[in-house]
Amino acid sequence: MKFSEEFRDKHLVQELARRINAMAPDPATIMEVCGTHTMAVARFGLKTLLPPQVRLVSGPGCPVCVTAQQDLDGYLALGEQPGVILITFGDMIRVPGSYTSLEQQRAAGADVRIVYSPFDAVEIARQEPGKQVVFLGVGFETTMPATALAILTAAEAGLTNFSVYCIHKTMPGALRALLRGGELQVSGLLLPGHVSAIVGAAAYDFIPREFHLPCAVTGFEPVDVLLGVEAILRQLAEGQARVANVYKRAVAAPANPQAQRIMAQVFIPARAEWRGLGQIPGSGVDIRPEFAGLDAKVQFAQVLAAVPPAPATPCRCGEVLRGVLSPPDCPLFGTVCTPSHPLGPCMVSSEGACAAVFRFG
Amino acid sequence: MRIIEINGTVATTEVDGVTRQARLDLLPEAELGDFVLVHAGLAISRVDPEDAAETLALLRKLADEIQ
Repeated sequence: MKFSEEFRDKHLVQELARRINAMAPDPATIMEVCGTHTMAVARFGLKTLLPPQVRLVSGPGCPVCVTAQQDLDGYLALGEQPGVILITFGDMIRVPGSYTSLEQQRAAGADVRIVYSPFDAVEIARQEPGKQVVFLGVGFETTMPATALAILTAAEAGLTNFSVYCIHKTMPGALRALLRGGELQVSGLLLPGHVSAIVGAAAYDFIPREFHLPCAVTGFEPVDVLLGVEAILRQLAEGQARVANVYKRAVAAPANPQAQRIMAQVFIPARAEWRGLGQIPGSGVDIRPEFAGLDAKVQFAQVLAAVPPAPATPCRCGEVLRGVLSPPDCPLFGTVCTPSHPLGPCMVSSEGACAAVFRFG
Repeated sequence: MRIIEINGTVATTEVDGVTRQARLDLLPEAELGDFVLVHAGLAISRVDPEDAAETLALLRKLADEIQ
C-alpha cells in the first residue's frame, strides 16, 4: 500500500460519484481552499463527475498566488545587492514582480538558486561563507515549521550569512477574516489536508460555529476529494455544519505539538498582505526579534525601505482568489496571460486556478 | 514515503525507488517502516495504515453492495 493509487481506484471514484449524484443535492458552491486541491480537481476531471448544480471554486490557498506584488518586489530588490544569493522554491521563480522576476534576474546574472527544502539553503550558506544567502520563506503552516527549523539550525551553527525573507501566511486566520468580510459566497469549504496535518482539524471549528458553514478536511487523491464533497453535501442536506475529517489517515483533531512549539519559538503573529485580499491582521508571521540576525527584513531594512510601492496592474488574480471571478471570465485569460507568458500568479503556479483551467479546461 | 533509515533526527524516505532526506523533528515517535508525508524536507505527518485500510474497505463494501 502506498496510500495514493488505492485512493485513485476507478470503481471507488465512480461509486462515490454515483452516490453524490443520487443525493440530488440542492445547488451548492464549494470552495477548495487549497491549491493542491485545485490541481487535483482539474487533473482528475472531478468537476465532470459532479451534478451540474454543484460548483467547485478555487480559494486563496495557493501560496504563490496570494503573494503580494510589493512583498515580491522587496525580495527581488535584494537580488540586486552585490554578494547576495537568493534561494527559493521552484514555483516562485517565474512569478512576475512589478519590474522583473527571479527568472529574469537570474538571466541577467543574479545568483538565484532553487531548492527543495529550506535546509538546503542553510547548507548553501555554510558552503558560501563569503556570500549572503537569503531564503524566501513562503507558504502556509505546511512549510512554516521547516523554515522555523532552518532558522534554528542556522542560529545553532552561528551562521551570520543566512537570513529568511519571511512572507509566510497562516490559513485558519485568513479564512476567518475572509468569512467575516463576507467575501466568500460559498456553501461549504474543502479544507487543506497538509496544512491540517500541522494545525489539526479542530483549528477550523470556528467556521461551523461562527458562520454555520459545513467543512471537510480532506486529502488530494480523487477518492479523498469526492469523500470531502459528499461530506459537505450531506451536511447541507441535513442542515448541519461541522468539520468532517475524511483524511483521518494523516490528520488528527489536535495540532502537531512539536510544530506548534517550533513555530512559536521562531515566529510571532503579524499582519500580512495578501494579493487581492489586502492586509489581514494576524494572518502572517514575523521572525522574533531574538533572531533578528537571521531576518532579511531587518538585515536589509535600508534596501527594502527604498523599494517603490507596486504600481497597479491589470491582473485580476485577486478576484479569482476570492472565488468571485472564474478564470475564463478574466479578459486577460488565455489572451495576454498564458502559462508561457503569465501576467499573474494564478497562471504561474501549477496550483493556480488559472493554470489549472488553462491546462485541463 | 516510507522511512527506510533513521540517523538522529534525519530519515531517508523512499517511494517507487526515489529516496529523499526528511527531518523528523515533528514526529519524534516515527519508526523505520512508517509511511510519512514529506513536505519541503520535513516529515509533517505519519500516515495511519489502519485508518486508510478502513476507509477503503468501507468504500469497497458499499460499492459491492450496489452491484
